[in-house]
Amino acid sequence: MDRVDRELVNRLQDGIEIEQRPFAPIARALDISEDEVVGRLERLVEDGYLSRFGPLYNADRMGGAVTLAALAVPPERMDEVAGLVNAHVEVSHNYARDHDVLNMWFVVSAEAPDRVDEVLEAIEKETGLAVYDMPKEREYYIGLRLAL
Amino acid sequence: MDAVDRRIIAATQGGLPLVPEPYHQVAEELGLTADEVMDRMRRMRYAGAIRRIAAIPHHYALGFKANGMSVWDVPDGMVDELGPAVGALDFVSHSYRRPRHPPDWPYNLFAMVHGRSRGEVEEKVAVIAELLGEANRGHRILYSTQVLKKTGLRLQA
Repeated sequence: MDRVDRELVNRLQDGIEIEQRPFAPIARALDISEDEVVGRLERLVEDGYLSRFGPLYNADRMGGAVTLAALAVPPERMDEVAGLVNAHVEVSHNYARDHDVLNMWFVVSAEAPDRVDEVLEAIEKETGLAVYDMPKEREYYIGLRLAL
Repeated sequence: MDAVDRRIIAATQGGLPLVPEPYHQVAEELGLTADEVMDRMRRMRYAGAIRRIAAIPHHYALGFKANGMSVWDVPDGMVDELGPAVGALDFVSHSYRRPRHPPDWPYNLFAMVHGRSRGEVEEKVAVIAELLGEANRGHRILYSTQVLKKTGLRLQA
């Protein structure tokens, strides 16, 4: 990654306009061609520095629902419970985290809002553990802005 | 949101084509005009279904290997005023108000902090603590110790 790549990543995290030639303004700002901008972005994606370039969709504004939920899993049951939780296609992310009580954190999203509650109930039944449901009540910010 | 919007979402959720006129290419794939694709995406952006058109970094590959979920117990009457200030810090990637579950879980403000190391995450969390001042009645940092599952938003066309 050279200086131009870092500039691109830094400047393109906040977003660009939806227009015919969306890369023209950043190309002008960096004094390179649009072809060079897209070529560099392609390489940054290929090399794994960017997961993608494009729209960041908001699932819960598309008629669906999302929640963050946590479980207090006995350490010896981590693998078994992870298997039960991950088996639900509605679970998009699941992380083990270092907290003395709540040590498994997962995101459930579904296009039908009732479905999220059904999945949480099913997970309670299957694991025998209480689910701590923590849907967001207010969003203050979302997005990555890494300064390189 | 109608069937055409859903086709546009399905075609672009993995990223835009990296060409100088990406919406023309999306339009061609879907049998639409570029103006129609752009109009519909602008509408989705206005409605909040699209947060922004942006570079989505892989923080781990970029050297940000420590991510800490910082959680804070902030008085209910102050959290909506302080939450946006925390979210505005450039090292915070997500910031939300969420329900408490006392006594196990007294925290109502979540701020995800990315750093190159745990030490850097802790320095950044100290900045949040300073910003919150007396409103911080207790906080924790939860580090992820293992990714058990990670998939993107998957919408069928």
